[in-house]
Amino acid sequence: MLQGFMTTLKSILEKPVTIQYPEQKRPVRSRFKGRHVLKRYDNGLEKCIGCALCAAACPADAIFVEASENSDENRYSPGERYASTYEINMMRCIFCGFCEDACPTEAIVLGDNYELSFTSRTDAIYPKDMLLEPVPEDGSPTPQKVPAGAFDRAIPLMQDATD
Amino acid sequence: MTMKMVTLRIDEHTVEVPAGTRVVDAAKKVGVDIPVFCYHPKLESVGMCRMCLVEIGRPVVDRASGKVVLEADGSPKIQMAPKLETACTTPVSDGMLVVTTSEKVAAARREVVEFILTSHPLDCPICDKGGECPLQNLTMAYGSGTSRFIFDEKMRSAKHVPLGELIYLDRERCIQCGRCVRFQHEVVDDPVLDFYQRGRALEIITRSEPGFDSVFSGNTTDICPVGALTTADFRFGARPWEMKPAASICAQCPVGCNIVYDVRREAKSSGKPVIKRVMPRQNESVNEVWICDKGRFVHHYNESAERLTQPLMRVDGELTPVSWQQALETAAAKLKEAGKGLVTLAGGRLSNEDLFNLRELTRAQGGTTLLHTHMGGGEWTRQLGLNQGSNLGSLGNGDAIVVIASDLHQEAPLWWLRVKQAAQRGATLIVLNARPTRLDAYAAHALRYQPGEAAQAVAGLMGNHKTPAAFQTAREALAGAANLVVFFGSDGLGLTGTRALAQTCADLLMQSGHYGRPNNGLVGVWQHSNDQGAWEMGYAPAADLVGSLKKAKVALLAAADPVGDEPALAKALAGADFVIVQEMFLTASAEKADLVLPVAAIPEREGSLTSGERRAQRFYPAVPAPDGVRPDYTIAAQLGQRLGLELEGRAAGLVFLRLAQSEPAFAGLSYQALSTAEEQWPIVGRRDLYFGGTTYDNNQGMGTHLQPVLKAGERPAAVAAALDTELMDAGDNLLVLPHTRLFDQGSLVRFSRLLVERVATAELRLNPATAKHFGLAEGVAASLNLNGADASVIVRMDDALPPGAAWLPRRVGVPLWAPAAAQVKVMERD
Ligand code: SF4
Ligand code: SF4
Ligand code: SF4
Ligand code: SF4
Ligand code: FES
Repeated sequence: MLQGFMTTLKSILEKPVTIQYPEQKRPVRSRFKGRHVLKRYDNGLEKCIGCALCAAACPADAIFVEASENSDENRYSPGERYASTYEINMMRCIFCGFCEDACPTEAIVLGDNYELSFTSRTDAIYPKDMLLEPVPEDGSPTPQKVPAGAFDRAIPLMQDATD
Repeated sequence: MTMKMVTLRIDEHTVEVPAGTRVVDAAKKVGVDIPVFCYHPKLESVGMCRMCLVEIGRPVVDRASGKVVLEADGSPKIQMAPKLETACTTPVSDGMLVVTTSEKVAAARREVVEFILTSHPLDCPICDKGGECPLQNLTMAYGSGTSRFIFDEKMRSAKHVPLGELIYLDRERCIQCGRCVRFQHEVVDDPVLDFYQRGRALEIITRSEPGFDSVFSGNTTDICPVGALTTADFRFGARPWEMKPAASICAQCPVGCNIVYDVRREAKSSGKPVIKRVMPRQNESVNEVWICDKGRFVHHYNESAERLTQPLMRVDGELTPVSWQQALETAAAKLKEAGKGLVTLAGGRLSNEDLFNLRELTRAQGGTTLLHTHMGGGEWTRQLGLNQGSNLGSLGNGDAIVVIASDLHQEAPLWWLRVKQAAQRGATLIVLNARPTRLDAYAAHALRYQPGEAAQAVAGLMGNHKTPAAFQTAREALAGAANLVVFFGSDGLGLTGTRALAQTCADLLMQSGHYGRPNNGLVGVWQHSNDQGAWEMGYAPAADLVGSLKKAKVALLAAADPVGDEPALAKALAGADFVIVQEMFLTASAEKADLVLPVAAIPEREGSLTSGERRAQRFYPAVPAPDGVRPDYTIAAQLGQRLGLELEGRAAGLVFLRLAQSEPAFAGLSYQALSTAEEQWPIVGRRDLYFGGTTYDNNQGMGTHLQPVLKAGERPAAVAAALDTELMDAGDNLLVLPHTRLFDQGSLVRFSRLLVERVATAELRLNPATAKHFGLAEGVAASLNLNGADASVIVRMDDALPPGAAWLPRRVGVPLWAPAAAQVKVMERD
């Protein structure tokens, strides 16, 4: 019995392994794969060009992309097209990161957010505005009006941030 | 005709093919894929891309003796050519040895791909061709993976060049294979695309105004081996792998092109599956691998928000939504009440199954079935039409084709193409019309007759009527023809004129014995996809539709809009006790109806259509039907059920079986028979898409010809007495003749926003002399009073038109179906 109390006593002195979630949070590992984020360039344009390769790569068929054509009056991405609809069903996603690998513009990144809970099945479908990251400080929101001919690539070359 | 056969070896295969075959085709026949870019089996080979390089050896022939030199083991000695040869331009020869697997060939392919990619943007992730791209496939299969060229030195060209409002060009992606240019020049003879500049700077340009002015323009996007050409309709619409294909039949004209609807869920349509694009499906007996732009771009009607989705009944003078139950009860009660007073007016858009059930339903009440058309003569196409074994593609030297009173290019573009090609293969083409048409250019004899005298012209062709000497030579040309197909249409004619014309054409065919065997007979250039099917089932237009409708107690209108068509018909219909309309949209007739039943569109249901060549073909459901609509055959069956009539309404295939039992022309046919597909040449749409473009391979059925009604030598049922002739003289008024345009203001075209610019408007075309006589000048707005209505038109001068009459398109808002006398007034400018 005494031995039992000894174990308890020892544990009291030890550093606790539990933390007070959600007040306290543990930093995630650098290679952690959480909820997806759709990235933007510094100027605010979306990196995603609506190619649907992430949807094709996804083994769980969790992603739905529908593209539309950009114009200089209404520009969302520097490429020829952008995702006019982008949805991820978080209930289907298995966080494998294949979408990240497939993306030609590094637009989709599995972030560090693991707090995914929903009260209904439709709530588990995250539309584009929930996935897009906030507009950077010196950027402007999309769609943007840009000078004609400033973006003439189908896929941005990604050599600098404004591409 | 026996062809000289040539035997050659391709790698380890030995193959026997007709002399003149290209090595690349011979290889294809034994399953050896020689990669190609510029070669297309339907186009002349030009050897522009060099992708098809192979090693070729030929037997050594001793000059002195002329004998093949033999090796020690007795096999012929083969001398390999020092350089690689292009398999797409080299014809086969006896004893040839083709090597496609050597390191030399592999190196050549690697280098050609590397070279083509020097200036290729590699937009694959967003390129519409990505996933079904020959360049992608061949790079993966034969490319080297790395390039010795410098990325930054790539050519930069315009990426967004609208060639017209329908087709966009990305100059950077173009690999300059010239397929599009050759298609436009060689196949459809609309030479509106061309090369500009040369070398690396070579560009594709359009030379027409408006841009890319051709009714076949969409086909270039299928055969373009890269994503350089895209349609405005599908551009960025979906990735190819995301779509589900559904086989169907184009219902826009009587040709009945085999097509595929590519379907995908769409967020813009709240998650519903929608048709993203229309592609040709190979049927070498019907449309080969082509379709026209109407068939490709007109599909938007079924997504329209204007679709009716609930039965409507007139309550206190207002059309009010009611349940199907109530609608059917009411309709059945009215049909019963009507008895012999029931008139069913059916349109040629209905499927065979719809027409059959409607006919049974109407006959059981003792009512009359009528076909709503301005064109007669089906009693003749039914007896003398084409049958099993017919294929316009097999007509050529020694055969003859007569096209009378039809502008095939506008009325049935694929027939125009196939008739033109038959003429180019050597068939004698005789074109008769009151005005020049595009087919004249290929005709051995392009003959003119006075407006309205089409039947007389055919009689003249038989020597029964006094005609100019040119007819005499044409008659002689016809005399020796092995096969004869006669197309007749309604260019400048109405119901009476076409009936008389069909009868004279029938006389011509019977006199010369050209019926009852393959590739011989009469084809009606109808206005709707299934008019021929309706004729086969005994539907016919009323000689006096106004009179028939006046007598109707209850009128059942299915896919017919008499109220919208003619004020006189609207008046006649107003007298009926009860009008039931089965329609997709609230047409003018539906607005006036007492009961409106919403129906399913073709892509939403199953069924079959009978083409003008008497080929029954199946279509399959592509997208789900909106809630609340039903197919016409089901509605008829459900009405029958309430009237104690046992009709099949569960599945279209079962209705078809009944049809096959009751109609001799359909005897022995079944959905299984219609859905059998044979191996076809050229091979398209398989794993190696690059061979024939992205056109779909046909494995859902090629359709079957109906049974012949008259065998060769049999005489037809009694020939009708002499027929009235059409109005040919308008006295002091202007004689206005109707003709049909491909993009008219018909009920379905208007939903395709893309076609707006191509749609025909109310333009009155006439010879300057005639115009002067009536005080008209180019471009003025005039008002026509004809058939009891006033219509405003724009006057256009046309020197090519004969004097004495004016031409106006059908379905442009003017109630013109047959030649009419019109009072013309120049409108005051405001
Ligand atoms: S996230 Fe990347 S892969 Fe997915 S559609 Fe956008 S650009 Fe394409
Ligand atoms: S044409 Fe083919 S290879 Fe070229 S960008 Fe498009 S998909 Fe890629
Ligand atoms: S546009 Fe397409 S079909 Fe025309 S030349 Fe270029 S690659 Fe060939
Ligand atoms: S030719 Fe006729 S059937 Fe063929 S696609 Fe055009 S409209 Fe349709
Ligand atoms: S050179 Fe033969 S396919 Fe182009």
